[in-house]
Amino acid sequence: MEKQQLVVIGGGPGGYAAAFLAADLGMSVTLIEKEENPGGVCLYRGCIPSKALLHVAKLLRETEHAENWGIHFGKPKIELDKLRDWKNSVVQKMTGGLGQLSKARKINYVQGHAKFVDAHTVTVEKSDGGEETISFENAILATGSRPATIPNLDLDSPRLMDSTAALDLENIPKTLLVVGGGYIGLELGSVYAALGTKVTVVEMLPALLPGADKDLVAVLSREIKSIMHKVYTKTKVTGMTEKKNGIEVALEGESVDKEKQTFEKVLVSIGRKPNSQNLGLEKTKVVVNQRGFVEVDVQRRTAESNIFAIGDITGDPMLAHKASHEGRVAVEVIAGHKVGFEPNAIPAVIFTDPELAWCGLTEEEAKSQGIDYEVAKFPWGASGRATTLDRSDGMTKLILEPETTRVLGVGIVGPGAGELIAEGVLAVEMAALASDVKLAIHAHPTLSETVMEAAEVFFGQSTHVYRPKKN
Amino acid sequence: MIQEFRLPDLGENIEGGDVVQIHVGKGDKVEEEQILLEVETDKATIEVPSPFQGIVKDVHINAGQQAQVGQLILTIDSEGSSDARPAEKEESPKEKPAPEKSEPAQVESATKENKPGEAPSTAQPASPAKPSAPAAPVSDRPKMIAPASPTVRRFAREIGVDIHAVPGTGPGGRISSEDVKRYSRDLNSRRTQSSGAGVTIGQFAPPMPDFSKWGDVEKESMSNIRKSTAASMAQAWNTIPHVTQHDKADITELEKLRKSFASRAEEQGAKLTVTAILIKIAAAALKRFPNFNTSIDVGNNEIIFKKFYHIGVAVDTERGLLVPVVRNADRKNMIELAAEVGELAQKARNKKLSLEEMQGGTFTITNLGGIGGTSFTPIVNWPEVAILGVSRTQNEPTIVDDKLESRMMLPLSLSYDHRIIDGADAARFLRWICTALEQPFMIALEG
Repeated sequence: MEKQQLVVIGGGPGGYAAAFLAADLGMSVTLIEKEENPGGVCLYRGCIPSKALLHVAKLLRETEHAENWGIHFGKPKIELDKLRDWKNSVVQKMTGGLGQLSKARKINYVQGHAKFVDAHTVTVEKSDGGEETISFENAILATGSRPATIPNLDLDSPRLMDSTAALDLENIPKTLLVVGGGYIGLELGSVYAALGTKVTVVEMLPALLPGADKDLVAVLSREIKSIMHKVYTKTKVTGMTEKKNGIEVALEGESVDKEKQTFEKVLVSIGRKPNSQNLGLEKTKVVVNQRGFVEVDVQRRTAESNIFAIGDITGDPMLAHKASHEGRVAVEVIAGHKVGFEPNAIPAVIFTDPELAWCGLTEEEAKSQGIDYEVAKFPWGASGRATTLDRSDGMTKLILEPETTRVLGVGIVGPGAGELIAEGVLAVEMAALASDVKLAIHAHPTLSETVMEAAEVFFGQSTHVYRPKKN
Repeated sequence: MIQEFRLPDLGENIEGGDVVQIHVGKGDKVEEEQILLEVETDKATIEVPSPFQGIVKDVHINAGQQAQVGQLILTIDSEGSSDARPAEKEESPKEKPAPEKSEPAQVESATKENKPGEAPSTAQPASPAKPSAPAAPVSDRPKMIAPASPTVRRFAREIGVDIHAVPGTGPGGRISSEDVKRYSRDLNSRRTQSSGAGVTIGQFAPPMPDFSKWGDVEKESMSNIRKSTAASMAQAWNTIPHVTQHDKADITELEKLRKSFASRAEEQGAKLTVTAILIKIAAAALKRFPNFNTSIDVGNNEIIFKKFYHIGVAVDTERGLLVPVVRNADRKNMIELAAEVGELAQKARNKKLSLEEMQGGTFTITNLGGIGGTSFTPIVNWPEVAILGVSRTQNEPTIVDDKLESRMMLPLSLSYDHRIIDGADAARFLRWICTALEQPFMIALEG
C-alpha cells in the first residue's frame, strides 16, 4: 500500500472525528481500531450506552414522582433482557452508522492493534489474523483510556465490575457497592438504584464529584442520598474478600456504621488510565510522562514532529467532546493551518438526575488560582418552568469577572443542565458580558430563562428574585 | 512621603499622547505595577503602571487631555497605605474603576524591548499557551483568558499575534478581528520604526513641488508593504556602504542535472529551481565564509556571528516585495528546500505569510532571472550583510579547451556591506558559489 498521509490509531470520538475530517480534506487516511466499527469507549462502553440506561432510570424515577400529582403507575415490571437488547441496539445503530460514514469517506479501516516500528511506520496485528505494515507521513494517537483499578484490591471475581461490566447489565443485584463518587460511579449507581438495587457509594474525599463547585454538588448530593441506600464520604476501602453470596468489603471512615459489609456486586469507578503502553512509542521520540499521558504542545504535536496525540491519552479532562475537538485541531495543523487547541470552556456534564454541568472557570479554580470573581445565582425555585416540572431544586450560576462583568464560567444543576450548559459555553467562548446574557431574550417558560435571570440577579434586577438593595 | 508621578518615557520617539482613561481617583490605594492610566500615542495605546504603592492624593489630569512625557500626572502618598480603603469594591460591580486586574503593560514593554532586528513577537509577554511547554493540562489556563471569540483567537494565532497582548476595544475589552489587525499593524510599524533607527521614509525629503502645475496627477496612499519596504531600503542604503561584485557561473552541466532530476523532485511535490539550488549553495558558502553570516552592532562595537543559516528569498507579489525566510537551509536537502520555497512563495502571493515567516534571515537571494537582465545591484537586506542577485541565464560563446562553445552562463551579483566584508573576500565568496554551481559535487565535498 502506498504511504498514507495520515494514520489514526484508535477509533473513538477523537480518532474518528480526526480521520473523517482528514478524509474530507482530501488526505489518504488509515484508521486503525480494534472493534469492527469506529466508536471507542464512548459508543461501545461509555457515554452512549450509559445514557440509554439513564434515560430509563429517569423515566422510572418520574413514574414514582408522579404519585405526588395523583398519577399511579404501580410497580414497574423490568424485563432485563429486553432492556439490555435495546441498549445494545442503540450502540449497534450508532457504531454501524459510523462504519458506513467511514466507508463513504473511503477511509482505509483496519481492524487490529497498531504498534510503531519507527516514526513513519506502524505494524498492525490484525483482528482477523496476519500483520500489515503501514507507512505514513503523519500519525494521530487516539488510543484513549481504560478504567483504573485499585492496587492490591484487584479481586478476580465476576462480582467485581468496572464500568464496562456494569453496562453489560448482567443482572440486577440486590446490593451494589460503588467505589468512587465521581461521575461514572454516580451515573451507573443511579441506573442500578432505579432498577431496584440497594446502592452504597464510597468516596475517599470529603465530597462527591471532586472538582465541581460545592454549591452545585450539594443540590445533587441531596438527590443522590435519597436514591442511594448509603453514601459514605471520607471513606476508604481497605480490603475485599470473595464470599459465597457476595464480596465482603472492609470500609474505613468516620461515618461507616459497619466496618465489614457484604455486597452482591462491587463497581470500581475510581478514574481512568491512559492507554499509552504496548504501542511501540519507545521506537519514536514521543514522550510519555509519569502518569502515562503523552506530552503534547498546543497544536497536539508530540515530541515527534509528525506524530500527534489527542483525547484521553493527553490528559484531563477525559471527555469525548474534548477529544473530537483536539482531533480536528490536529488534522488542521497537519493540513498546514496554524491553529491550536485553545478552548476557554470545555463543558463537563454529569447525567444523573438532576444533571450537573459546568464550563469555563469554576469557583474552586478561581479561588485556588487567586482570580477575582463575582457570582450571580438564580435558584430554580423562582423559575416557572421548573415549578411546572415539580423540580425547583435546581440552580443556575454565572461566574463573572468583576471589572468587566464578563462571563468566565457557568454552572448549572437541575434537570436538563447538560443541554442548558451549551449557552454557557457560547457565552464564555464569545467573552459575553453579563449584560449580553441579560439583554438576549430567552423563551418563556423555559429553564433557559434561568441563565438570563442569573445575569439579571447580578445587576440586582431579576424579575423573579427580589433582593433588597444594599445601602 | 508625597511622591510625584510623572508620565514616564513611553518608548522611542514618543513624546506624549492623549489620556484615554485614568483608572484611579483621589483617595484610591494603588499598588506597585498597577495600571494607572492609558495613553494613546500615534502608535498604540499604552498602559502606564505605577512605580510605587500608596494613596492617590491628587489627580492632575483628566481623561481626554494631552500629556507629555515628564508631565505631572498624580501625587501619591507612599505612606499610610495600609489604612486606606482599597481602590474598588463598594459600588455596584459594573461601575467600578478598573485597576489591578487589567492586563500588565504589555504594549509598553513591547515598545521598549523591541530592539532593532528582533522579532516583535519575542517582545510580547510569554503566551500562556506556548508550545514549548508540552502537555500543559487544559485546566492550566492563564490567569486572564483573552476576551475574544474562538474565531478571533484562531485568526490571531494564524497571523502570529499573541492574543493576550492585543488591547480590545469592545465592551469589557472584547477583542475583535479589527483589534488584532490594528495591533499587528502597530507591531509592524514599530518594527520598521525601530529597525530604521529613526530613519523613516521621506524624513530627509525636501517638500514636493506642485506637480499639478505641469499636468494631471493622482495620489494614492502607500500600502503597508510599500511603506515598510521604503523604510527598510532607505535604512539599508543610509547605513551600509554597498559594493556589488559581479560574476558568472557556467551552469551548462548543472542544467542537465537539474532537468534530469526535475521529475524526481516533482514526485515529491517540489519544483527544482535554480533558486532552490542557490539556497543550498549559499548556506554552504555562508558556513565556509562566516563573515557573510553576521550583523554589525555599531552601538556595542560588536560583530554578531550567527550559528544558523536562514535564507530569505525575495518574492514579487501583487502587493509588492516580500521576503519569506527558509529556516536552517544548511540542514535541508535541495528537494526539501525547493518544496519549502515553493510553499513560501505561494503563501506570500496568497497573503498567508505570517510575520514570523519573514523574520530572522541571515542572507537573502533575489532572483530576477525570470524577467531578464544581465546584472543589477541589489540592496543588502539590513541587518544582514550580503545579498545575492540573480539575473537571466544566457547562452554565451565561451572558449572551452581552445574551442569555441555555446555555454549557459548565469550572471550573479553579490552586494555586500563593505564595513565588514573586504572586496577580496567578496570575490572569493562569489567565486566559490560559481564553482559550486559549475561542479555540484563540491557541495557534497565541501558544503
